[in-house]
Amino acid sequence: MSKKILLEHIDVPGIETLAVYREKGGYASVEKALKTMTPDAIVEEVKKSGLRGRGGAGFPTGMKWSFLAKPEGVARYLVCNADESEPGTFKDRYLMEKIPHALIEGMITSSFALGANTSYIYVRGEYFYIIKILEKAIADAYAAGWLGKNILGTGYDLDLYVQAGAGAYICGEETALLESLEGKRGNPRIKPPFPAIAGLYGCPTVVNNVETIAAVVPIVNNGGDWYAGIGIGKSSGTKLISASGHINKPGVYEIEMGITVEDFIYSDEYCGGIKNGKKLKAVVAGGSSVPILPADLILTTANGEKRLMSYESLADGGFASGTMLGSGGFIVMDETTSIVQNLHTFARFYHHESCGQCSPCREGTGWMEKILHKILDGHGTLEDVNLLWEIQRKIEGNTICPLGDAAAWPVASAIRHFRHEFEEYVKNPAAIKNVKHYHNMHGLATA
Amino acid sequence: MSEIKFNDETLALVQSIIKRYPEGKQKSALLPLLHLAQAEFDGWLSAPVMDYVASLLNIKPIEVYEVASFYSMYNLNPVGKCLLEVCRTSSCWLRGANEIVAHIENKLGIKDGETTADGKFTLKTVECLGSCGTAPMLQIGADFHENLTFEKVDALINDWSNKTEHSKYLDNSTFRKN
Repeated sequence: MSKKILLEHIDVPGIETLAVYREKGGYASVEKALKTMTPDAIVEEVKKSGLRGRGGAGFPTGMKWSFLAKPEGVARYLVCNADESEPGTFKDRYLMEKIPHALIEGMITSSFALGANTSYIYVRGEYFYIIKILEKAIADAYAAGWLGKNILGTGYDLDLYVQAGAGAYICGEETALLESLEGKRGNPRIKPPFPAIAGLYGCPTVVNNVETIAAVVPIVNNGGDWYAGIGIGKSSGTKLISASGHINKPGVYEIEMGITVEDFIYSDEYCGGIKNGKKLKAVVAGGSSVPILPADLILTTANGEKRLMSYESLADGGFASGTMLGSGGFIVMDETTSIVQNLHTFARFYHHESCGQCSPCREGTGWMEKILHKILDGHGTLEDVNLLWEIQRKIEGNTICPLGDAAAWPVASAIRHFRHEFEEYVKNPAAIKNVKHYHNMHGLATA
Repeated sequence: MSEIKFNDETLALVQSIIKRYPEGKQKSALLPLLHLAQAEFDGWLSAPVMDYVASLLNIKPIEVYEVASFYSMYNLNPVGKCLLEVCRTSSCWLRGANEIVAHIENKLGIKDGETTADGKFTLKTVECLGSCGTAPMLQIGADFHENLTFEKVDALINDWSNKTEHSKYLDNSTFRKN
């Protein structure tokens, strides 16, 4: 069953406008929070809700908020991470485009809870048309008194600004995002100190994903217990899933956590099955960084249980036979897909996006791309496959930010579950020629 | 090139953007200002343009160069009037991005990264643009063109063949004047 909380009014004409958003109950959480709740009481509701970071890490939001340092006389900041760049993920864009006020409302309520008087929404530069939508919505919110000085006569002041990024996946990492917001290269910082202690301009800062911030609105309106009752176990609430690849109905779906993966892929309510009647081969369930799983393991855990759309079920079996919910970027591949070529697009991506600070990532991502290129060019050896495995192993855990892990995991899982494909390309380079159109794109020899 | 200076409207916007950050933290305005500069000065950032941005923010030119060279949306060399940015990461690749790139290459007679002899088009393959559900896709300025077919690509190229202005990510109405 579809459970719409964030997207409840997505089909209402004009929901992107303040007037219609208000008619549908919009900004009620701001009234409730500012007029009837203390900041600590809001943090408590968010803790009770069990809400976990929707950007990919899944860290409990209430706990993250409770870490925020509150030294006297020092500004605190809330920064929204709208740098959505994880391949396969486009849910934040959808939410901001269709219901921009949901994010703005969440920013006001959350900023009040954290004691922030200036907040920023950092949007990836490629989404400039979204920035325009947000700027208009913010202007309307200011004009209506939801932002600015003395909001609702409560004495609470908040300024909200949009910041444009300029093309860098790494700025989705929270300390790189803060560096970028300070007008620098997006090089992640060494932690500790964590942003909760020393973040933007050295001040205590919380960085939360768009969907996380938007989820604070219904939690404040209906209470943390209500939200905790939705979903399954420690995966409370709903999740926006970005579905793409070889499916009949790509798009953004809001699901209640706990539906089966099988239902999500094959039900007409969601992906509507595999395109052109083909068979399912593999799925990347949570954005490019998470381990790819073959059809049998994405549908059923190694223990033979139905795999569910939840943090715990997708991770069941560890990396040996499981994966992660991640950002909810759900990429589906049919039986004709070359896993090695798909991996090459990921490896190229991470090489392009490595900031270059840590040697294992800077050098390793380049090597992985080159070795995959060599294999796809028909010159690979079995030793190259082993070398690929060794390189990813030496990147994982050896960098200051998670980009290194994110680059290693797709390589490790592709070899773990599809080693036979790598070996086939190595032993029988002619097999590569049968994969259509590959050579056009990469300037590889077509001999 | 004529004198490098923003027009008065942009200069007012620059002052408004600088006010978004605490006093003394005006460097935070660097990324937005580089976007405005690229939009106003022919779609790329020359060294004199970057020096001008440095002077507006009272920071050293090197602080601008190191940032401009880090982010993929800043062009450090001239580009065609129409910059075609074609996504090619997984989801787009699965749904035919390679064929779209090959089609553009054939139609314009250029390769990835090149500009047509008449200076009208530059083709650039890019990494995931967050449009995976409507793949394959390409971006021209701020506009996403999704669910691409060869026919849609041909129509876009025809449209842009007749335009005289540069494709832009933003204009002076994008950022709110606070």
